[in-house]
Amino acid sequence: MRLIAIFAVTITGFLLLYATIDMPNWGDPNSPPNSHVSPRYIEKVIPETATPNIVTAVLADYRGYDTLGETVVIFTAGIVCLMLLRRYSNG
Amino acid sequence: MVSRYENVLIETVSRLLVPAMQLFGLYVIAHGHGSPGGGFQGGCILAASFILLVIAYDIKQAKNYMSETLNTIMCCAGVFIYAGTGFLCVMLGGNFLDYSILHKILPVDPIKARYMGMLIVEIGVGIAVMSVMISIFFNIASRGEHENSVSVSANDRRSYG
Repeated sequence: MRLIAIFAVTITGFLLLYATIDMPNWGDPNSPPNSHVSPRYIEKVIPETATPNIVTAVLADYRGYDTLGETVVIFTAGIVCLMLLRRYSNG
Repeated sequence: MVSRYENVLIETVSRLLVPAMQLFGLYVIAHGHGSPGGGFQGGCILAASFILLVIAYDIKQAKNYMSETLNTIMCCAGVFIYAGTGFLCVMLGGNFLDYSILHKILPVDPIKARYMGMLIVEIGVGIAVMSVMISIFFNIASRGEHENSVSVSANDRRSYG
């Protein structure tokens, strides 16, 4: 049973590493995010949002839905810690 | 180990530092638009001010300032502010989390309304992060029982008189 598990994990890992060959180079200026997404954000952030901090503008305005998901994850972690650990002593 | 006279030093300096840390945390949240910062960073600094109280005193003393009920309510209020702003934008006629539609209720133009919407959601994120960090620290440091826990300096207070 363990041999099958090791075999499956090795095949999956090899396939994932083989898929990284097609990725663009590290810091490539011609990769799709650097040539379409980033210039649009950098050029349009002051006319559209009047915020000098581009990181906060992307985090809270352009990708605000992801930040909502992140806040809900933090909230869930707090509730789970409360539910699992809290013990109320009687009296 | 900490002697009895150094305990007084730790307690006094912590009491003086806590308001300054909270002011700095509020500054980081409010200036997230111009300088590095924002909701997550400011919320962590605000939580660190309460954790300093726990380190210097014990959990019972810190719960005088931030009770468990208030903490849980603020944790939910933070997420409520964030999602509530999104739904408010839908009710006013725009898309979800499309802050430019807030110019109908705020006295600003649509571009400044996006700035204001970002500030509101960053405040919500800051409140939620602060409350969750305080709650997790209280629960893990005391192993669940807030009433019967002691901190390190209280232990030394007992062994050295």
